[in-house]
Amino acid sequence: MPLPSRPPAIPAMTRYFVKKAITLLILLFLVSITVFAVLFALPGDPAQIILGINATPETLANLRAQLGLDRSFSAQYFGWIGGLLTGHSSMSINYDMPVFDLILSRLAVTGPMALMAMVFAVVISLPLGIYAARRQNRTGDVTVMFFTQLGLATPEFWLGILLMLLFAVHWKLFSAGGFPGWSADFIGSFKALLLPAFALGVIRAAILTRLTRSSMLDVLREDYVRTARAKGLRERTVVYVHALRNALVPVLTILGLQLGQLLAGAIIIENVYYLPGLGRLVFQAIGQRDLPVVRDIVLFMAAAVVVVNFVVDFAYAALDPRIRVK
Amino acid sequence: MTQSLLEIKDLSVYFDVPEGVARAVDGVSFNVLPGETLALVGESGCGKSVTSMSILGLIPSPPGRIERGRIIYSGRNLLEEKEEHLRRIRGNEISMIFQEPMTSLNPVLSIGRQVAEPLMVHRGLSREDATAEALSWLERVRIPAAAKRLEDYPHQLSGGMRQRVMIAMALVCQPRLLIADEPTTALDVTIQAQVLTLMHSLKEELGMALMLITHDLGVVAQVARRVVVMYAGQVVEEAPVADIFDNPFHPYTQGLLRSMPRLGQNKGRLAEIPGTVPVLTETIAGCRFAPRCAHQFDRCRIEAPPLFEIADGRRARCWLKRYPDRRKAHV
Repeated sequence: MPLPSRPPAIPAMTRYFVKKAITLLILLFLVSITVFAVLFALPGDPAQIILGINATPETLANLRAQLGLDRSFSAQYFGWIGGLLTGHSSMSINYDMPVFDLILSRLAVTGPMALMAMVFAVVISLPLGIYAARRQNRTGDVTVMFFTQLGLATPEFWLGILLMLLFAVHWKLFSAGGFPGWSADFIGSFKALLLPAFALGVIRAAILTRLTRSSMLDVLREDYVRTARAKGLRERTVVYVHALRNALVPVLTILGLQLGQLLAGAIIIENVYYLPGLGRLVFQAIGQRDLPVVRDIVLFMAAAVVVVNFVVDFAYAALDPRIRVK
Repeated sequence: MTQSLLEIKDLSVYFDVPEGVARAVDGVSFNVLPGETLALVGESGCGKSVTSMSILGLIPSPPGRIERGRIIYSGRNLLEEKEEHLRRIRGNEISMIFQEPMTSLNPVLSIGRQVAEPLMVHRGLSREDATAEALSWLERVRIPAAAKRLEDYPHQLSGGMRQRVMIAMALVCQPRLLIADEPTTALDVTIQAQVLTLMHSLKEELGMALMLITHDLGVVAQVARRVVVMYAGQVVEEAPVADIFDNPFHPYTQGLLRSMPRLGQNKGRLAEIPGTVPVLTETIAGCRFAPRCAHQFDRCRIEAPPLFEIADGRRARCWLKRYPDRRKAHV
């Protein structure tokens, strides 16, 4: 009897990896050109901004040459991208330090906050979504859906302010903003990120809960879930092993997008809590026309989204063997 | 008389649907003897699948609900058993195979694991022991190169192979009853015969009873010993397989037989039963088959017939038992 063709498991996964990695590199290249071109085309002369309106044409020309602004588009682009690839990033106009170091120091705030927010979001949304799906249209489900609706309608800065009023001002359990720095005060730094991460996480949990619920509802109606029950498996094995793994794929997509966005910085919440994160950095850099900072951060944000999606693609493949083969 | 393995008494399963209450199963009674092959026959929507799913408590509720009746297994009414006790019976003493091998296996778990699962949960075997046992069952259902297939996923197998995996999965705990719901309907004709033969020989080997749910009378003729015919949620005829084919009593059974293609009897168009099955949400005064029946007379439309005893082990839900002269000679 002829067997259906069957690619061995490991090469399939390697092929999948190589294909995805090539796509990733092409995407990053296109993103870098777009970012550079958009900022290149924008009106506004950084040299003029640095020197003020009273600068003489000679000093302006000198500074332009110093900043490399007098070179052609391609020369400027390759100078920039070449610098990034060799670890020499441009200098910030306002901070007088390499943009790369600036981003790293801010990422030390934004990165942990984004991850904590996603942990909150997952820990809240998965159990609630599964619970709601299993009691579809009953009181528990309706209650959960009511609160997700509330979560979707709540602006995160407002929730941030409420949490701050409650936990920092009223109960004095947390500081009301600011960030002491990881090396200076680790626990204090962790606590400083807890409230904003919770605010970000709760808002994101609202959409994830609804998604988990609808995805679980679809999967719980599948024939293989009936098979799992007919085999006499325990209900928790049926739900958490047989159903959940299948239901996670769409949830993971949104989870990845949310993490990518959070890594790019949460401008509003960082301002509410006065955190020195990426969001605030880019916000200030735009105000100060600090072009090198804006350019590198925008590239970093785009890259964060692209890279997180790359990781999510692998999580898909790990969850669902059918994706590896496609 | 032999003690029944499973006895279904006056089972009614209703579904709450937007149009009202659908009486999917309405007062069904029959029994399954140890080691026998019983065929449950009828068109789509006649309630045969719902009946079989009720046995294992797999009716989704809501919208479904068991309105009344008893399902007696080992002296106990399964409909009143606690979920935990029912769970221990499922896949262990009573197993089930479903129609769609394409969608009935979990796409994200390896087939080795899926076949091993019942052994781990019912026999308490470790994963290694269960997998070894699963492998021997995959060989028993004649999966070629079974050892290499343990790590495979369902999408890597053909439909016939998947149904063999389903069979292995249902039989690993050596149940006393296997319920097979249209096990060959979704398969190619050539594969159908293989799977059916396999199921039949394993049934003989294990000495288990087989409840075969099908609309295919050809399948019935091959393996069944007794036949229960259902129509619109009710049993309309029950008889040994030879009587069903040689001497069917109920006009519906006769119609089913006439609509079956036979080799060497190519006489133009196949006969069909005129009309359509009644809508289950509507209450019907008389016999449910009367609107489509060629022999129907006034009483059929007024009063629903009871299940008459035709002969020993034969029953039919038809007024023709009491009014035999009403049967038309040439229909």
